[in-house]
Amino acid sequence: MFLEINDLSVKIENKNILKNLNLNINKGEVHAIMGPNGSGKSTLANVLAGKEDYEILNGKINFKDNDLFDLNIEERAQEGMFLAFQYPVEIPGVNITPFLHSAINSKKKRMNEDEIDNLSFAKLLKSKASDLGINIDMLKRSVNTGFSGGEKKRYEILQMSILNPDLAILDETDSGLDIDALKIVTDGVNKLKTKDNSFLIITHYQKLLDYIKPDFVHVMVNGSIVKSGGSEIAAEIEKDGFQKFQ
Amino acid sequence: MNSETLNTLDTYSKNKYKYGFVTDIDNEKPKKGLSEDTIKFISLKKNEPKWMLDWRLKSFAKWKKMKEPKWANLSFPEIDYQDIYYYSAPKGFEKKPKDLSEVDPKLIETYNKLGIPLEEQKVLAGVAVDVVFDSVSVATTYKGELEKLGIIFCSIGEAIQKHPDLIKKYLGSVIPPGDHSFSALNSAVFTDGSFVYIPEGVKCPMELSTYFRINAENTGQFERTLIIADKGSYVSYLEGCTAPKRDDNQLHAANVELIALEDAEIKYSTVQNWYPGDEDGKGGIYNFVTKRGLCAGKNSKISWTQVETGSSITWKYPSCILKGDNSIGEFYSVAITNNFQQADTGTKMTHIGKNTKSKIISKGISLGKSQNTYRGEVSFLRKAEKARNYTQCDSLLVGNQCGAHTVPYIDSKNNTAVIEHEASTSKINEDQLYYCRQRGLSHEEAVSLIVNGFCKQVLQELPMEFAVEAQKLVSISLEGSVG
Repeated sequence: MFLEINDLSVKIENKNILKNLNLNINKGEVHAIMGPNGSGKSTLANVLAGKEDYEILNGKINFKDNDLFDLNIEERAQEGMFLAFQYPVEIPGVNITPFLHSAINSKKKRMNEDEIDNLSFAKLLKSKASDLGINIDMLKRSVNTGFSGGEKKRYEILQMSILNPDLAILDETDSGLDIDALKIVTDGVNKLKTKDNSFLIITHYQKLLDYIKPDFVHVMVNGSIVKSGGSEIAAEIEKDGFQKFQ
Repeated sequence: MNSETLNTLDTYSKNKYKYGFVTDIDNEKPKKGLSEDTIKFISLKKNEPKWMLDWRLKSFAKWKKMKEPKWANLSFPEIDYQDIYYYSAPKGFEKKPKDLSEVDPKLIETYNKLGIPLEEQKVLAGVAVDVVFDSVSVATTYKGELEKLGIIFCSIGEAIQKHPDLIKKYLGSVIPPGDHSFSALNSAVFTDGSFVYIPEGVKCPMELSTYFRINAENTGQFERTLIIADKGSYVSYLEGCTAPKRDDNQLHAANVELIALEDAEIKYSTVQNWYPGDEDGKGGIYNFVTKRGLCAGKNSKISWTQVETGSSITWKYPSCILKGDNSIGEFYSVAITNNFQQADTGTKMTHIGKNTKSKIISKGISLGKSQNTYRGEVSFLRKAEKARNYTQCDSLLVGNQCGAHTVPYIDSKNNTAVIEHEASTSKINEDQLYYCRQRGLSHEEAVSLIVNGFCKQVLQELPMEFAVEAQKLVSISLEGSVG
C-alpha cells in the first residue's frame, strides 16, 4: 500500500475535526475527496503534510513504508509528498529560481542522488514553465509575491512538476480559477500523471473532475468519509448537492 | 510560535563565531590608560608633525570636559578609560613594511585565515585592500595602479606625512572633535584607518576596501577614515571588521568622514562582524562609531550601506549633511542582533540645500534576548526648498524574548518639504515557514531564506563582490553552525 490512513481522529483547539477516517491509495491512482465547507478536507491535507497545529487523537498513517508521524514536514516533502496549497503564501524578497533549486536539491540529497547544478536547473525550470504557459518573466519574481490568484495556482503546479512528487495533494486548487486557468492547471496535472505516482484531489465542486478523471471519489462529511465509489458519485453530488449524505 | 521554531531558535543562539582566533604575535604597547603621555606616545610612534600632536591634545582637553551621550537605548557598565591600552602594534612596526616580504608571516597567515589574502594576484579581482591590525596598517594593495590615476589610497598615518595640506583642510571638518565625547576621544587617540582622495573627474576603477582586525587584549581600536571625492569623481569603498573571542569587552570608537564635492559620488559600505559576545552575553566589542558625510557640492551624492551583525553594543548613525543643492543622501541598513546583543543604529539626514533628497531603508532583525533600535533624525532647514525624504523601517522579530524599537525624529522648518515615513514590525511568519518546509527545505534553511528575503532591498545595494558574502553572513548570524 502506498498511502494508508487508518482510523484517524484529529482535533484542533478542543474541536474534533477528523473522526475515525479511513482511506487507502495505491500507486498510480487518482482519488478525489468532495465535501461541503467545514467537513475537514483541508485539515486532512494539512495533517498529511505535517502542519503542527493539530492534535492526533488516534490512528495511523503509512506512507511508502514509513510511519508518517515519524517524519517532520520537510522529511515528508523530501520523501515525495507535495501539497498544492489552497492559499499559497507570499514570501517577499525570495526569488523563485533559487527557492525551487534548493527545494529540489534537498529532495535529491535525501534520496542520495546527485544535486542538480545551476545551469541544468535553469533549463529544467524554463522548459517546465513553458509547458504550463508560464511567462519566463514570472520566474524572476519573488515567491507568490504580487501574483494574482490564478498565477499562484499555476505556480503551485509548476513547483509540482519540478519536484515530481510520488503523492500530490491538491487542496481546492480549482477555487478562484476561471475556466482558462482551470484548463491550464488541470492539463499540467494530467501531463504529470504516470503509473508510479498518485493524486489526492480535494475539491468542493464537481467542475474540476470534468478535467481530471478520478479513479475513486469519496464523499467527506463531518470529519469522516461517508461514501466511496467511482466518478458517478461526482455526478450525483452535482445533481443533488451534499444534503443527502449528511 | 510552535515548539519546533523555538528549538531552531535555540540552536541559532549557540551561534559560532568563526573569526574568534587570536594571532600569537609580540606587540608593543604604551602604559595602560589615557593621558597626555599616552597621546604623545602614539604621536611619536607615528612620527607625526607637531601640528598633529597639538590637534590631538586639544581634542583630549575637550574630551576631559565631556560626558558620554546617554540617550541611546543601551545598557552597559561604565567604561573605565584608564583600563584600556590605546595603542598596540606588532613589534618592529615603527615603519610600515615596504612590501609583503617585510611583513611577519604570522600576519599574512592571519589574513589568509580571514579570507583576505594580501598577495595582489590572490586578492578579489577589482578590489584594493588596506588592512589594519590593531593600531597599524599592515599593507595596502594595488597602490601603484591607483597612483597612475592620481588616486591616493593609503593609511591615514601615511597621509599625515605625505599629504598634510589635505589632512589639515579636511580632518575634523565634518565631525568636529568637540561634537561629542566619542569624537573627542577618537580625535585624541586615533591610530590608523584609511585615507582616500579621488581627483577631479576620476571614476575609481576598483572597489577600495579596508579590513579592520582587533587582535591584542584590552586594547581599544580607534580608527579614523577620511574620504574626499573631488569634483565629478566617483568612489565605492567597503570596510569589514572582525575580532577574536574574548570574555572582556573591548572598545572600538571610530570616526569616518566623507566629503563629496560638486557632482561627486561616494558609496560607502560596511560589513561589521566584530565579536558579538557569547550566548550568555559575555564579552564582545563595544562599537561606538561616528560616521558622517558632507555633500558639499551641487548634485553630489553620498550613500551608506551597512550590514551590522557583530558587536555586543552598536551605537552608530551614518549621516549625511546635504548642503549642496540637488544633493542626495542614502542610508541602507541591515542590523541583526542575537543573544544579548544591543544595537541602537540609524541615521541623520540634514537637508540644507534646495531640492535635496534623502532615502532611508532600515531592516532590523532581532533574535534571542537582544534589543534592536532604529533611531533616525530627518531635518529640513529653512532654505531647503522642495527637499524630500523617504523613510522605510521594517523590524522582524524572531522568537519571543527580543525587542524591536523605532525612534524616528522629523523636524521641518520649510513647508515645501515632502516627507514620507513607513514602518512595520512583524514576527517571522509560521505560514511562510510551513510553505518552505513543505517544499523540502529544513527549518533552518527556511528561516535563513525568509530573513535574507526580508533584507534583500538593502543587500542588493552592496558592491557585487560582497553581496554574496553578506548574504552568507546573514545566514551565519542566524545559524547554529558554520558550514
